[in-house]
Amino acid sequence: MKRKLLAVLLTAAMTAAMLAGCGSSAGGGSDDVIKIGVFEPLTGENGGGGSQEVDGIKYANEVYPEVLGKKVELVVVDNKSDKGEATTAATRLVEQEGVAAVIGSYGSGVSIAAGDIFKNAKVPAMGASCTNPMVTEGNEYYFRTCFLDPFQGTVMANYCAQQGYTKAAVVYQNGDDYSTGLANFFKASFEGAGGTIVSEGVIQTNDSDYNSILTNIKASDAEVIFAPSSITVAGAFIKQARALGIDGLICAGDTWENEAIIDVAGEAAEGIVLSTFYDENDANASEEAKKFVPGFKEYLGGDDPIIPAVSALGYDAYCVVLDAIERAGSTDGDAIRQALADTSDFVGVTGEITFDENGDAQKSVAIVKTVEGGEFKYLDTVTITN
Amino acid sequence: MSMDIFLQHLLNGISVGSLYALIAIGYTMVYGILLLINFAHGDIFMMASYFMIFAVVDFRMPIWLALPLIILLTIVLGMLLERSAYKPLRNAPRMSIMISAIGASYLFENLATYLFTGVPKGYPDIPWLTKVVNIGSISFQIVTVIAPVLVAAILIGLMALVNHTKTGMAMRAVSKDFETARLMGIKIDRVIAATFVIGSGLAAIGSVLWGAKYSSVYPLMGVMPGLKCFVAAVFGGIGNIPGAVLGGIVLGLGETLLVAFFPGLTGYRDAFAFVVLIVMLLVRPNGLLGEKTTDKV
Repeated sequence: MKRKLLAVLLTAAMTAAMLAGCGSSAGGGSDDVIKIGVFEPLTGENGGGGSQEVDGIKYANEVYPEVLGKKVELVVVDNKSDKGEATTAATRLVEQEGVAAVIGSYGSGVSIAAGDIFKNAKVPAMGASCTNPMVTEGNEYYFRTCFLDPFQGTVMANYCAQQGYTKAAVVYQNGDDYSTGLANFFKASFEGAGGTIVSEGVIQTNDSDYNSILTNIKASDAEVIFAPSSITVAGAFIKQARALGIDGLICAGDTWENEAIIDVAGEAAEGIVLSTFYDENDANASEEAKKFVPGFKEYLGGDDPIIPAVSALGYDAYCVVLDAIERAGSTDGDAIRQALADTSDFVGVTGEITFDENGDAQKSVAIVKTVEGGEFKYLDTVTITN
Repeated sequence: MSMDIFLQHLLNGISVGSLYALIAIGYTMVYGILLLINFAHGDIFMMASYFMIFAVVDFRMPIWLALPLIILLTIVLGMLLERSAYKPLRNAPRMSIMISAIGASYLFENLATYLFTGVPKGYPDIPWLTKVVNIGSISFQIVTVIAPVLVAAILIGLMALVNHTKTGMAMRAVSKDFETARLMGIKIDRVIAATFVIGSGLAAIGSVLWGAKYSSVYPLMGVMPGLKCFVAAVFGGIGNIPGAVLGGIVLGLGETLLVAFFPGLTGYRDAFAFVVLIVMLLVRPNGLLGEKTTDKV
């Protein structure tokens, strides 16, 4: 009997706690702070890249801590690189935390999954590095500071074609919108440039053995392998390819600009080629970029760290959002959305930002980098006019 | 498909299969004794990889010193897991201890993500394992051929241990009948500890070979091998050590050859493993080498 009473009391207490939680959240974004949601993967497949993007956002918050005379508070939620978790995390941001705007996410799949939640809640979202076209398509509340997969796929396909390669193998990750999207755009552009795709491989989530795919590629005599993939896959993939005696060019998109790949693949990483958003040693960089590079390096600490492009994009995403809130003069979702859409030639670290009608930053320049002597080296700047 | 490409595939398959076998032995032994599927086994394997990185990269130990040390550390971790998550539930229903195992698995994965971040780290280079050898147009790392040989040696050793030593006899007794074995004066806790020592030790050895071959270490690296090796153990007949080895090798070869002969099916590699599991459970629930369970009256 006593136990039953306890159970009833506990249930009542929990229900009360839940209701209390709802009550306090409804008034979120109290008078003296403006909340900005950071919607990023900190764990799971993309946990590594996601944390780097968060680093950039947090640093930006340190540099510009205020807007409209109020303090900006970052609310970081972990979407766990999982589309199911992503919707939960996004719902928490808009319903419980009552954020004025959202930044993120690393990984297009989770951004696409959460897109409708932001749209329905009329909370503007600013993607930093999610490059799949579907993130902003049909969603007037989603913007992004980076270029898109069709562009990126074209950049690498053109680069490969210019180098005289005609036979390519394409490898992508099953169920990863970023990877499959980029692979498809590469295929289309490469075939358009007169090349042929001689082999295709699909990598499974959490798989570490790529030898069978690579052996097929070896048998197909491909001269170049295009393998857009997460950093968890990349290092091991490159190393296994070289161990199998594949000596052709291995290339991919922006995710590969990450020290973890050189750490894992070691010498095997020499000579890989990738396209990215940004080069920290760019001589024509803006004042903002020149300020950002030393400042962020100090923030990261350690011995002259390489600045991941996603950190720079995270920094830009935060600054663009802050600028829009300033111009909107309020934290009303629609006002911020309109201000974002009106953004013109905003000078960021990764170049000037103007959004097109889809909410995508109009970027026509990609940086091509390679690995030489255990470091990422600038190789080429590719401009593509649409 | 030319001959050398086929041989290359065969070699890949046997070597990944041997790695599966090493981890599958750990599953099967614990199941044999405790009737518990130790879901945290894959994560013990992951922790062993991080131990190696700390020993060699952060503490700058030579490999010959780091190897025994990480095997020891992994064994200690395995025993700690048994003591803290399984032993208190020894008399609880089997479902409780299973759930405890799942909890332990998540604890390890999230702890590792929190402590070491999700950014993959490179496994220290062990030259005598990672050196690439070329024979004709076939290329492979030395570890590729060491793995099956090592597995065979370990299998022979384990069989000798189980069939010809006192500890082995106690293990067999406990796996036959837990309660009666206890009544006969067998120290159950000691036998269980021995099982975890062997299982974790093999997970550590497996992690060294895995690290040399795949070189990428991250908190979720144990998830897929853990699942696949569980499939391998069930396939071979869970509770049966040679069965686990056989299951591992069949699974590794099957996965590889599926991709070799049907390149269009590369996306179904994992599906293959689990289809094998389902078919096996339907056709022969005791696995390839599993004993038929007879209900005692």
